[in-house]
Amino acid sequence: MSGPGSLVDIRNLSIRFRGARDVHAINDLTLGLAQGETLALLGESGSGKSVTLKALLRLLPPRRTDIEGTMKVNGADVMSITGRALQTYRGGEVSMVFQEPGLALDPVYTVGRQIAEAVQRKKRVSRDEAMSTALDMLRRVRIPSPERRLSNYPHELSGGMLQRVMIALALACRPRLLLADEPTTALDATVQIQILLLLRALQKEFGMGVIFVTHDIGVAVEVSERIAVMYAGQIVEEGTTHEIIKSPRHPYTRGLLAANLHDVARGTRLDAIPGAPPPLDVKPDACPFAPRCPLAEARCRAALPPVHQIGPRRRVACIHADAPMEAA
Amino acid sequence: MSATETLRPDSPAQILRVTGLQKHFPVRGGILGRQKARVQAVDGVSFAVEEGETLGIVGESGCGKSTTARLLVGLIDRDRGDVRFDGRTLGKDLTLRDLRRGMQMVFQDSYASLNPRLTIEESIAFGARIQGLSDPVGRARDLMDRVGLDPARFAQRYPHEVSGGQRQRINIARALAMSPKIVVLDEAVSALDKSVEAQVLNLLADLRAEFGLTYIFISHDLNVVRYISDRILVMYLGEVVELAPVDLIWSRQAHPYTRSLFSAMPSMDPDNRTEEPPLTGDPPNPINPPSGCRFHTRCKFAEAVCARDVPVMRDISGGQGHLAACHLHDTASGHSRAGEEGLT
Repeated sequence: MSGPGSLVDIRNLSIRFRGARDVHAINDLTLGLAQGETLALLGESGSGKSVTLKALLRLLPPRRTDIEGTMKVNGADVMSITGRALQTYRGGEVSMVFQEPGLALDPVYTVGRQIAEAVQRKKRVSRDEAMSTALDMLRRVRIPSPERRLSNYPHELSGGMLQRVMIALALACRPRLLLADEPTTALDATVQIQILLLLRALQKEFGMGVIFVTHDIGVAVEVSERIAVMYAGQIVEEGTTHEIIKSPRHPYTRGLLAANLHDVARGTRLDAIPGAPPPLDVKPDACPFAPRCPLAEARCRAALPPVHQIGPRRRVACIHADAPMEAA
Repeated sequence: MSATETLRPDSPAQILRVTGLQKHFPVRGGILGRQKARVQAVDGVSFAVEEGETLGIVGESGCGKSTTARLLVGLIDRDRGDVRFDGRTLGKDLTLRDLRRGMQMVFQDSYASLNPRLTIEESIAFGARIQGLSDPVGRARDLMDRVGLDPARFAQRYPHEVSGGQRQRINIARALAMSPKIVVLDEAVSALDKSVEAQVLNLLADLRAEFGLTYIFISHDLNVVRYISDRILVMYLGEVVELAPVDLIWSRQAHPYTRSLFSAMPSMDPDNRTEEPPLTGDPPNPINPPSGCRFHTRCKFAEAVCARDVPVMRDISGGQGHLAACHLHDTASGHSRAGEEGLT
């Protein structure tokens, strides 16, 4: 997705962390998001999904990070934002919700004050007005008795409530883009589904674009319209949620779906993907999934796979993308 | 709760029989460190496991599933209750040392479970050496081979030099080094990536068949528990609320809490996504849990009786071993909808 209607436009992004051992975390990633769209970035640990989010917020340590390629949010070049503009950009234009709300909130201030402070930083309003915005936000994230909760400290709230507060804080300045980094992974099942449905409702209400990072396909299905599957710092497959779930084309996507164990008959042997993800200390020059892939051929190990555009905004980085595969 | 009702009749096939297990943790505060409250982590848990069976334990954080696991292998002392293993009762004719030889545990955090200063081979051989078993190193190398780690490549490595999936294989090998009859797996695959999780589940199934193991498999992931278990035990705030063979509970969840837990699973169907959360709010704090049925504060069927009387586990399947503790399934409970069809 690119052009005038696009909210996020990432082109050929490569990110390398320098150190005793280099890590090529992101390798030639291209990704777009339309205004008001929800995309799930799906991948396992080390696939680069959180690094992508942090790059979009410019949270990566500049001295140790080499970034190539371009990132645009709402037409503005993310890499060239500096100084005060960067402060306005973070939280005003783009906001983030983290996995551990307990760590992201300050333990010594009440939740009301933390939300109000964020509002006052971005908008020229009085403290009372900022506090009433905070109250309004707590209502919108469906926190029971919000007046009372305003003066609670983070340790007085349960995990689910804290994540609601975190979302209220992130949305207080009405960003156009919300980045959510595994926001429900630390929560219990019955609480997780509440937060997912809340995010879905708020997305409709506020009309913002959302990039939702998760390792859980089930969560991606509940929350997103589109899914991009990441592996070794690349997008290996992208499509609507329906396309990814109903007709996955990349062998890795199919393996992930099989590993979900949804509807797997008891006692049958699992169709497990063998091996482990590659270490990424060198930039991949062949298909990074080939060592684990049941369909790999010599040409998979010789060069990077072509990216097949098999439909509008539907792509697969695999030589077998054109051949429909029987269901896993 | 009457302990006997959760239990099948005593039989020689039962390798483990737990009766009325209880653990309350004191909460201390103030400058004198006086006890302020008690966390009722595990309260009257009873169940029996047959040899070769896999019992899955599910529930949310604070429900007591991990505390139950730790009580079973004697990592923490129980306040009350009996643990009978292989016909002998812990504390009477069974010592903790013998129990641990017969019952081993694998934890969620594969790295924290291993001594970082021991090589993989030493870690696996350590317990067998302490227990005085013959040829601990040979045994360790043998087991490494069995769990899919080539001893020639891995024996001399340290835990930080291998991946998370490999470390969990090491922990499994270490548990097996004692030739236990039961392995307690506490969220043993939860920290692994999905693709690696499937490999480890295959391994666990192979080992179970090869060594005739009995598993107690604790997890928050219902799909994983369904795949590996024969029966499922559901816990809520320190108590057992439902216990049933997998197929029975999968087609019918008798306790309203179990029903909610199952409905909270992602649908995996983009055309048919979840529209309503099955429950509101978080699970209550196990300090001062609700009276009567502990789920009554969140249950849509709750009536006065639920806050007053503690429901007992009763068979709801006409002897097929599907048990639930809910007043809805007891026509004598006084609940106005007790015995109604199709509620749960």
